[in-house]
Amino acid sequence: MSEYTSKPEEKFESVHTNKVGGSPYKGVVGWIDNRLPIIRMFRHEYLDFQVPKSLSYFWSFGGILTICLLLLILTGISLGMHYKPDAKHAFESVEKIMRDVNFGWLIRYAHMNLASFFFIAVYLHIFRGLYYGSYKEPRQLMWIIGIVIFFLMMATAFLGYTLPWGQMSYWGATVITNLFSAIPLFGESIVTWLWGDYSVGDAALNRFYVLHWLIAFLIVGVVVFHVIALHIVGSNNPSGIEPKDTRDTVTFAPYTTSKDLVGMLVFLLIFVVVMMYAPNYLGHPDNYIPANPMVTPAHIVPEWYFLPFYAILRSIPDKLMGVVAMVSSIAVLGLLPWLDFSKVRSSVFRPIWKQCVFLFVLDFFVLMYIGGAPAEGIYLLIGRIGTAFWFAFFFILAPLVSLVEKPLPMPQSIHEFEDWKKQGKIKVFQFFGK
Amino acid sequence: MKNYLKFIFIFSFIFIFSTTSSIQAKESNVSLLKPNWTFNGFFGKFDRAQLQRGYQVYKEVCASCHSMNLVSFRNLAEPGGPEFSEAEVKALAAQYEIQDGPNADGEMFTRKGIPSDRFKSPYPNELASRAANGGAYPPDMSVLVKARPGQSDYIYSVLMGYEEKVPANIKLEDGVYYNKYMSGNKIRMAKPLNSGGVEYADGTKATEEQMAKDVVSFLTWAAEPHLEARKKLGFKSVLYLLILTILVYLVKKKIWSRIESKV
Repeated sequence: MSEYTSKPEEKFESVHTNKVGGSPYKGVVGWIDNRLPIIRMFRHEYLDFQVPKSLSYFWSFGGILTICLLLLILTGISLGMHYKPDAKHAFESVEKIMRDVNFGWLIRYAHMNLASFFFIAVYLHIFRGLYYGSYKEPRQLMWIIGIVIFFLMMATAFLGYTLPWGQMSYWGATVITNLFSAIPLFGESIVTWLWGDYSVGDAALNRFYVLHWLIAFLIVGVVVFHVIALHIVGSNNPSGIEPKDTRDTVTFAPYTTSKDLVGMLVFLLIFVVVMMYAPNYLGHPDNYIPANPMVTPAHIVPEWYFLPFYAILRSIPDKLMGVVAMVSSIAVLGLLPWLDFSKVRSSVFRPIWKQCVFLFVLDFFVLMYIGGAPAEGIYLLIGRIGTAFWFAFFFILAPLVSLVEKPLPMPQSIHEFEDWKKQGKIKVFQFFGK
Repeated sequence: MKNYLKFIFIFSFIFIFSTTSSIQAKESNVSLLKPNWTFNGFFGKFDRAQLQRGYQVYKEVCASCHSMNLVSFRNLAEPGGPEFSEAEVKALAAQYEIQDGPNADGEMFTRKGIPSDRFKSPYPNELASRAANGGAYPPDMSVLVKARPGQSDYIYSVLMGYEEKVPANIKLEDGVYYNKYMSGNKIRMAKPLNSGGVEYADGTKATEEQMAKDVVSFLTWAAEPHLEARKKLGFKSVLYLLILTILVYLVKKKIWSRIESKV
């Protein structure tokens, strides 16, 4: 007590528990913004936000993925209102959506194909990151958050694929959940716990449905972190050089927004063509046969987007090691910022690394092919070579190339990079036009 | 380098698509018969008369063994399908005796079919069906077309793939038939379609080929009843998106020209 009264007034540090004010807006908008500054935040992060001006269409995939996710959630909510997660009724309830619900066929085909297109976009997004070194300082954490999103996507896509309760749903679920039995000591009990039964059945389907929803919304949460991190570290760009002044940047609106919109529309166009004219092309016909525990399909194949990792799983003869290899084949991406320690980000100036990234992409497709082929003879051999290359890319090529590679001469800034591009001194990969 | 990259990407996409289709095609090595379906292509439509004939073939031939549990009589009158009139559908449904109930006394009773009834199954359950078919289970036909690699072409090929001459390396057990397109070349279904097997009301000659085409068109509709609506909407949305994309691209060019000229 004495301390407070003995000190003169000016010695106390002033506190502000109340931060109302500071809005550049007037009227109702200002009143709201003074109390909940989302309007000025939106302006700051989405209108005036400075973005490198050299971004190519490869940078549209972030926006495309956001749109995909929103559409998946919207269509998913509509489907959820008609779907029944019950082993006896699931298949028929999906068919009811296809037949009797108004535009149910559209919503279901959209949801089904969006899942595939979500993966197409995410693979291109990851490729973009690999090629232009978007994982390097200071974007490591954003990259790792991205990998977490990718894992969650895979989980929710797998769970979603089980819901129609067709033959591939059932047997895919059986194969994948059985992977957990590879865990030493507790494996079998963990699998039984996951199933809620002694085999994949009604109990499993019910929880798959719940988890499919839960993880979908978890993805939204992690995406928010991904985007917050992006707005702290800023976008990378094809030059890999950080912007220095306004000659290097454009404002997010209208420059980036208009360019992203073009990217989104082109993507949407391709998606609509596939959805409307070949809606079942990316799926497996066996999934139109109701699940039957007594009949095993001739080939149990996962969805196309899992095939590379399925190939890695099958190329290891030991079950536990196969699972470890499969999980680490993706997790290892998270180590890349440290395995590749070259100071240069963009492959435009890294002649050797560029070739390595192409070989890696090629390996991805080779493994994808192998994942869909029977695991025997020459396929198994190619699969093993592909798997070996996959890991060699990270653990051997990345550090080695960082050490020995001599980067090409680089411009000093993004606007100089743009000039070099115009003069034809360097070539940058673009989908179409500028 | 630019071309190299483009090549990789185009190659990759072709690869994805060929992978999925090659896995699906792997089931059999013979190439399927591919008749010119009216429902193929961007503007594909069903031929109403063909669907009506197809229904007749299904009803008089297939339905003696194959169920079609997901299709109701009312579907036959819906747009995009065989489009029988309401009165015709009522009459078609009324040809069946459907078990219903229980009534107020707690007893089951049979009544004449009504349009909201599902197609009546030939057997009460799968076991009865197996018992009657030498252990084989004639699959439900509701989504059969979508459940087979090769889809409509495959079903058509199997229907047309029965041959008297069995290759020497294939040994047929009792009640098993040789079929050129069936995976494993063995099928437990006897040749279902024979010339003149049905008598078409519209005077079309009921050749084997005609019946196969008609019934496969009908099965395709049954598996995908909104195919016509999908293709119609597809065309509209593609056209819309195409125009919108071009316009937005021009807007983008205009906006970016403000800074491109400054540099």
